[in-house]
This record gives sequence, C-alpha cells and structure tokens, in this order.
Amino acid sequence: MANKLLRKTFMEPLGKNNPVFVQILGICSTLAVTNKLQNTMVMTLGVLFTTALSSLTISLLRNYIPSRIRMMVETMVIATFVIIVDIVLKAFYPEMWKQLGPYVGLIITNCIIMGRIEAFALQNKPMLSLVDGLASGLGYAYVLLAIAFVRELLGTGSLWGYQILGSWWTNWSIMIMPPGGFFVLAIIIWIIREKIMKEAKND
Amino acid sequence: MTDSLLPFAVFFASIFTGNILLTNYLGMCSFLSVSKELKTSTGLGMAVIFVMATTTPLNWIVYQYLLIPFGLEYLRFIVFIIVIAAFVQLTEMTLERYSEPLYQSLGIFLPLITVNCAILGVSLFMVIREYTLLTSFFFGLGSGIGWFIAIIAMAGIRQKLKNAKIPPGLEGPGITLVIAGFMAMAFMGFSGMIAIS
Repeated sequence: MANKLLRKTFMEPLGKNNPVFVQILGICSTLAVTNKLQNTMVMTLGVLFTTALSSLTISLLRNYIPSRIRMMVETMVIATFVIIVDIVLKAFYPEMWKQLGPYVGLIITNCIIMGRIEAFALQNKPMLSLVDGLASGLGYAYVLLAIAFVRELLGTGSLWGYQILGSWWTNWSIMIMPPGGFFVLAIIIWIIREKIMKEAKND
Repeated sequence: MTDSLLPFAVFFASIFTGNILLTNYLGMCSFLSVSKELKTSTGLGMAVIFVMATTTPLNWIVYQYLLIPFGLEYLRFIVFIIVIAAFVQLTEMTLERYSEPLYQSLGIFLPLITVNCAILGVSLFMVIREYTLLTSFFFGLGSGIGWFIAIIAMAGIRQKLKNAKIPPGLEGPGITLVIAGFMAMAFMGFSGMIAIS
C-alpha cells in the first residue's frame, strides 16, 4: 500500500503530470541556459536539489508554520538551499558559476518549487514530499535536457562540448540564440500534448 | 562611449537589444498566463515597469551600503526578495488607501509581481554588471518597458488569433511560445544597434 503510493507519487511528475509540458511552470530560470548541455545539467541539478530538500523541510515544518506567513517561510527555505547551491558552485566550479551568472539565484523564483510545496508538501508526510519533490525535479530536468540536446547539437554540431557532427554540418546558429529556445520548447510541448490527447481519446 | 551617456545606452539596450523577456526568458510564467487579454496585460505591464524602476535602485542601495560593508554578499538573494516583497506590499497598501482608481488598475497586479522572476533577475544582473545607481535606475526602467512592450504585443497577437485554426496540441502555451520565438527573432533585428554586454 505505502509502496504503491510512493510509486504513484514518483511516476506522475515524470509522465502525465509533468511540470513543464502540462503545467508550463518554471521554465523562466533555466530556458536561458539550455544552449549548452553542460550548463543545463548543472542548473537542473541545482533545481533538483532545491525542490527535493525544500519540499522535505517544509513538510517537516508543516505543522509549525502559521498559514498567514507561510509564503515568507517557504521563500526563506528555498532561498537558503539556493544559496547553498550558489556557494558550492562558486567554490568548486568558478568557471561554471561565472557562465551561469544570475540564473542560479533565479532558481528561487522558479514556480515549480513553490508550486510543489503549496500543492503537496504542506499536506503530506516528509518522505512522500521528498519523493514528490525529487520526481518533479527529475521530470523538469529531462525536458530541459532534451531541449539543450537539440539546441546544442543543431546550433553548434557538438554535444557536451565535443564535436559530434563533421565539417559537412552547417550550424543553425538561430538554435543557440534566444528564438531557438522558444521554438524547441514549443515543438516539444506540441508533440507531447498530441500524444497525451491521443491516449486520452483511446482510454 | 563616454561614461555620462552610459545610463541612456543601457536604457535603450534593455528595451531593444537585451529585452529581458525575449533574450533572457525572464518573467515567462506570467507572460504565458496573462497575455490572453490586452487590458490585463497593460495593467500588469505597467505594474512591472513601476516595480522594476523602483526596486532596482533600492536593491542597489541596500547592496552597496548594507551587504558589502558587512561582507554579506552571499545573502543577496534573500535580501533582494525581502526588499521586493516589502516594497510591493507597501505600495499596494498605499494605493488602496489613497487612490481607488489606481488601485483597481494597478494594485491588483502587484501581488503577482513579487514572484515574477524578471524583477529579481534585473536586480541580480545589476549586481553582476556592476552598474552605478543612475544606470541601475535606467536599467530597471528600460527592462520594465521592454517587458511591457513584449506582453502587449503578445496580447494583441493572441486576440487576433482567437478565430484562427490551430492544431489542438499546439493551442495555448505552444502557440504562445512559437509567437514569442518570432518576436525574439524580430528583436534580433535590433542587435548591433547598441553594443552593450
């Protein structure tokens, strides 16, 4: 019974309740760095860490937070974890930290984190909230990594900084520029939504 | 370029060449959900201009005179959010008390703005690019105007699209993102006009 619930909590954000293409949440802070797979990986790991741990923390505190100031408390908790991410990056990967610039800090305003806390962690037990936060972060991560994969491959002919496509490839430089991010995300949303609609019809 | 002209260069650059929404993807959440109607978009856009133009210099002052002297730069995320939230709350209360029509047209959008990533983003960019107080003000104002232009353009286009036939999977956020992509391409036409990082 408990296992089933855990499984369901874990699988839903990965599939039919994905935060990015179903709820269109939280793309602001990360879409900007999806022109490189490496940067996207670091950013999504940051988001994953923050969603999972802030969901856990809020869930542990849920009976002690007065509901009037809960937004403030939630923001503080999220900001604390983001500051940890920021400091760790700055200390161990200063190059990466410089490239990501303000976007690490913007994880705080990522709507997914606040959304999961409000919708899930405030009503559920700590373990379950941790799993939910983790799954939401993962669901978010794979969509953004897919976007970054397409953008970096088509835009520069390389992946993870290594040249993949030969000299015959003409770079689609629009892909690494801002419009590319919008188009790739739109196409991914389109494909997934068509698929979901088809499944709903068949059911 | 001489230093005295820099604030103006930053001002125009933040509207056109470095539009906060179309080149940095900030403020997407409210952009996607609110841009259905021209009237609400205008209200939200105005509120964003106001809050950006005021909180950016405010955060500059806090950062330079409070955080740096005490060596607390790493706390800037929390402090900026508190400043923004407190300021927005104060403005909302003032408007409600003194100006009913202004509250109706602007005030109701203010709470939405606290969580708009573009506001915090502008303050963080301001720190990284090491602007002066005056430049920060113009940067905030310009970014607000840029966001305003983007959202009203989007709302206008979406109103025209109401009767268009769109593939069902692309309806809503999908088509909005495609339009945003085209708008970003149009704004790329401005690049090179003002060279600024």
